[in-house]
Amino acid sequence: MGSVSTSHEMGLHEEQLRGRTQQMFFSATEEENYTYPWSYEVDFNKAADFDAADMSIAEINVKIRELMQSGHGTITVKNPRAKHSLGVGILNRLNLNFEGSLGYFGCGLIDGPNVRISGRVGWSCAENMMAGTVVIEKNAGSLFGAAIRGGDLVCKGQAGARVGIDQKGGTIIVGGSVGAFTGFMMQRGRMIILGDTGDNLGDSMYDGTIYVAGKIASLGVDCVETELTDLDKKYLKGKLELYDMEAPNGIDSIVKLTSGKQLWNYDNLEPTEKKLVL
Amino acid sequence: MCGIAGLIWKGGVTSDIGSEMTQMLQALKHRGPDSTGFALYGKGEEGVYVLRFKVAEQEDMATGFDIHKQVIARKAEVDTRLEEMGADVTGREDATEYAYRYHFKFSGDLKRLIDFIEDIEGVEILSVGRGLELIKDLGDATVVSEQYGLNGFVGTHAIGHTRMATESDVDIRSAHPYWAYPFNDVSVVHNGQLTNYWTNRRDLERRGHRFMSNCDSELIAVYIADRIDQGDELESAMRRSIDELDGVFTYLVATSDQLGMAKDVMAAKPMVLYESDEFVGLASEEVAIRSIFPREIDTWDPYQGEVKVWAA
Repeated sequence: MGSVSTSHEMGLHEEQLRGRTQQMFFSATEEENYTYPWSYEVDFNKAADFDAADMSIAEINVKIRELMQSGHGTITVKNPRAKHSLGVGILNRLNLNFEGSLGYFGCGLIDGPNVRISGRVGWSCAENMMAGTVVIEKNAGSLFGAAIRGGDLVCKGQAGARVGIDQKGGTIIVGGSVGAFTGFMMQRGRMIILGDTGDNLGDSMYDGTIYVAGKIASLGVDCVETELTDLDKKYLKGKLELYDMEAPNGIDSIVKLTSGKQLWNYDNLEPTEKKLVL
Repeated sequence: MCGIAGLIWKGGVTSDIGSEMTQMLQALKHRGPDSTGFALYGKGEEGVYVLRFKVAEQEDMATGFDIHKQVIARKAEVDTRLEEMGADVTGREDATEYAYRYHFKFSGDLKRLIDFIEDIEGVEILSVGRGLELIKDLGDATVVSEQYGLNGFVGTHAIGHTRMATESDVDIRSAHPYWAYPFNDVSVVHNGQLTNYWTNRRDLERRGHRFMSNCDSELIAVYIADRIDQGDELESAMRRSIDELDGVFTYLVATSDQLGMAKDVMAAKPMVLYESDEFVGLASEEVAIRSIFPREIDTWDPYQGEVKVWAA
């Protein structure tokens, strides 16, 4: 499906607008709520693999799209050799496996695929992910899961600094330790850290929840410890089992952190206005 | 957004570090295309110093008035002054039209000799050392490596830099690595920006240190030199720098037998580390390490405020 026919199918070239939102009248089936109109029909049982050792970044990403177009639902990329920006912008159902490591911006801007990476990832992995799962067997760099909005992002090794900065949804799970400023300005979603954390954990977080099993170097501004309820424990147990992970000292030892909401000034007057009132 | 890379073979193993560093830096070309620099550490001969110096900038060679005569005059003056100070020059090589590599034997005060040579207008000493050879010029890694014939350089460890000029000019004097004048065999590469550059620079200048450029990264080399001068070990000097230098930085330092890395408390600049029993490789991006190890390897990112030092 080329770009020309896509725009035609969306009704962009017709007088009478048709589309998923304002453009098309439709009776949504359940399936339609979970896929884009231009997504490829893929069969998970139809597998393909290719060697990416001598391919450029663009060639690899185009190759993945071509394979999806021909109905392949399981794609294995061999020898990614830590190249940057691999597997980005996939808005489709897909089982994508990387046999090796990715560089910066790996699997960014994705919506839907289930990705497995047998190596490590560099900075900004799964940035702005909307849905799907990304499971990394080894370590991750800084800015892991920056601004993600949904889905599960799992790193079984350690991650760098600023994990889940600006997180707006979804779940980030890190099996090892994380660096400074983890959960900085987090807005929603959950984060589970099974190792130790660096300084300023959850600094200036607006909302959302951080679970930590290891030692916390220091808490950031307005990040407070709260009670771990039975519901939390049930959730953690389920989530960790799903990815075959375990809290080192059991689920009961996990600390739950949320925003103290002392920095919520949206409904209040500006400081200068306050002076006038008082 | 510069790219930095370092490698060290442990246990005195030697390898073709010239080609290895060229490959690593070429893989980081997209992080900085302005200039490339190498600090390579060979075995060296007992009692012999290697001197790398330049007498003009690449730009001067293209546009300078009467520059070719000046270059010859400046080089002749260097020769005269070396002789005057009693240095026994055993080898002279032209690396380029404006950069040279000398071997010399000398038993006197090295700092006085260096100061006397640098007093000549347009002359900058890039490095003096028993093992260290510092090469930097405009262009990407392959260009510089070919220009200076670095492939096949055998040694134990090396650091390198691809520069994207943000704080100062595109010329050789602002290119990395920086040599920690006047200490032989100490060099530094840096990725980041220092915000208390002028405060520290004035402080160090009052204590007699020399700055050859307006590049903030030079401060780290001078700072390390100052700490060594005051009797610090490399590792303690680097730990101290984490508190005393302000800004964002990840830097690598190499001495005659050590390689060290330090990262600021914000962990703002990247560094990927690969360590095996015989080799340590560091780079801003994993692709650089992969350029010499195509197989799957385990790497990780050092954390904020971390300092590590390895011995050759």
